[in-house]
Amino acid sequence: MTLSARRVKSAGMSIETEETTGALIARLAAARRGQRGALLPLLHDIQHELGRVDREAVAAVAAELNLSRAEVHGVVSFYHDFRDRPAGRHLVQYCRAESCQSRGGAAIEAALAERLAVAMGETRGDGQVTLEPVYCLGLCAIGPNALVDGAPVARIDGEAAIERIAATVAA
Amino acid sequence: MTRVYISRDMASVALGSDALAEAFERAGCTVVRTGSRGLFAIEPLVEVETAEGRIGYGPAGPEDVAAILAGSHPSRLGPIEALPFFARQQRFTFARCGIVDPLDLAACDWRGLRAARAMAPQAVIDAVKASGLRGRGGAGFPTAIKWQTVCDARADEKFIVCNADEGDSGTFADRMLMEGDPFCLIEGMAIAGQAVGADHGYIYIRSEYPFAVETMRRAIALAEPAIAPFTLEVRVGAGAYVCGEETALLDSIEGKRGQVRAKPPLPAIQGLFGKPTVINNVLSLAAIPFILSEGAEAYAAVGFGRSRGTMPVQIAGNVKHGGLFEVGFGITLGELVNEIGGGTATGRPVRAVQVGGPLGAYMPPSMFHLPFDYEAFAAAGGLIGHAGITVFDDSVDMAKMARFAMAFCAVESCGKCTPCRIGSTRGVETIDRIIAGGRGGEAVEAMPQMRNAKAQGRSVEQEIGLLRDLCDTMKYGSLCALGGFTPYPVLSALDHFPEDFGGASALTEAAE
Repeated sequence: MTLSARRVKSAGMSIETEETTGALIARLAAARRGQRGALLPLLHDIQHELGRVDREAVAAVAAELNLSRAEVHGVVSFYHDFRDRPAGRHLVQYCRAESCQSRGGAAIEAALAERLAVAMGETRGDGQVTLEPVYCLGLCAIGPNALVDGAPVARIDGEAAIERIAATVAA
Repeated sequence: MTRVYISRDMASVALGSDALAEAFERAGCTVVRTGSRGLFAIEPLVEVETAEGRIGYGPAGPEDVAAILAGSHPSRLGPIEALPFFARQQRFTFARCGIVDPLDLAACDWRGLRAARAMAPQAVIDAVKASGLRGRGGAGFPTAIKWQTVCDARADEKFIVCNADEGDSGTFADRMLMEGDPFCLIEGMAIAGQAVGADHGYIYIRSEYPFAVETMRRAIALAEPAIAPFTLEVRVGAGAYVCGEETALLDSIEGKRGQVRAKPPLPAIQGLFGKPTVINNVLSLAAIPFILSEGAEAYAAVGFGRSRGTMPVQIAGNVKHGGLFEVGFGITLGELVNEIGGGTATGRPVRAVQVGGPLGAYMPPSMFHLPFDYEAFAAAGGLIGHAGITVFDDSVDMAKMARFAMAFCAVESCGKCTPCRIGSTRGVETIDRIIAGGRGGEAVEAMPQMRNAKAQGRSVEQEIGLLRDLCDTMKYGSLCALGGFTPYPVLSALDHFPEDFGGASALTEAAE
């Protein structure tokens, strides 16, 4: 079983300790015990902690919630948000929906992918950045838009805006 | 100390309002973070409190602070309410949005909820009935009928579910309301709970709206005493567009794949966890406090035909003055796009607008006389949906947009019904062949055992015939609006912009 280095607060002090994936998921599941329809919130918790929901996590969740692995896999694979391997150190989620397209989104997408040297939907070879499509961030009058490491960026309308994103993900 | 108001709406933050707020704090001002007023061309916007009221400046950056505080900055807009974009609006639902601190409990008087709690549940439902409120999520189904059904259902437990899975491109009203006035939605849900006898509610918010999730969670914690014994909980989606369909949303809350359920049973009878459930859009529930506090007549007094009250219209895409424009039904599409929106941002002619998100029809300027009204749009082969208008200039390729509609459906289909799951992929392929100018015969079709296959390929006209046939199957054979409405953008693009689909072209050489 994979070990994941985790910081756990204990007795008021912060100490570095090792927690297995199974133990982590057991702890997260315990916090959700009694909550109805807990699977989706639990999967969000796991992805937040581990950066992914992989096969091992699926098996642990199934055991915790008394579901079959097939059921859990079915849910995990249904939703676009869950990934089975971690994203790059930086995550750029670029909007592809109609409103952003109407403001030249497709051309900007191509330029952004070229500048970041990563194809849409992929993680760059050095693990520095992942470029993913999203369909609408609700910023539809000021597109094209993206979330860069969770922060909204609007009016990605040319080279200057692309360079700012490139600078963020280079860090 | 000078008091200034700066939005912390996700759109405002994307345009730089955080840096602006920090700059004003450094200058010694008291900064109140509000929701967005809803006109993005003037953002980042700062409003300075003066003896003459709040004076707006925008767009403004951190470097403008001194000049703004001196009152001499050229971006001075005056009182925001007086700008033409705002003066023409009727803000019933968004009355507080952009004005108050969204988490300031003192700004919310709960008058609607107090009025509802002084009434019999049936009287609350009757008030909603009298207001003429129809589901703002897109279908336009009378809200009171859903409530009545749940009220009349006998069960040990009932639920109120708010559909905040606003996935349609060109729409952002739900997001703005949740970030700008979350108590309005909370109050509406508590009133719904009182009316139908439900103690618990869920707000299902898409994961693409992290600001709304955060604001709603904090607002619910603050509002707990005000709405007790009613309780609320936020659930976060996981990137599946189809969960905006109400039954898929219920399955998703239950922790399942967000697949559409066959109806009946209606959610009002057997909804969440098999219990009677009111499921309404954010804007429907957020309209409720006004109806209870100001009276159903005041709400129904504005509107057009059977579409009563106001609609928070979202003007988006390639448009000069994009934003949120709440107004009574009946305003024409042309007024919204040209007068209020100011035409395209690029300055080129408007070629098409898509109303109602990815499942809405593309309309050419020749349809701009249409009044914003459920029935008028339906009669013209379109839909209002969630009232998002996406504007395109003349550089748009409508065949590509039609292809995108099918491709989006293919990506987002829940897979439960065949017309949507398979039809969308076949639709992409068919449109690709139309764009390529038809198809030639293929080797496999020429094989002797393929006795019934046509060996000579298909012309563009034949491919278009196939596409129309496919759209017909999807429209009438799909389980929900995703597969059922994807034909709207495809067929409207074909009907109104045939020149983008190659028009009449001869059979390809390969066919002979």
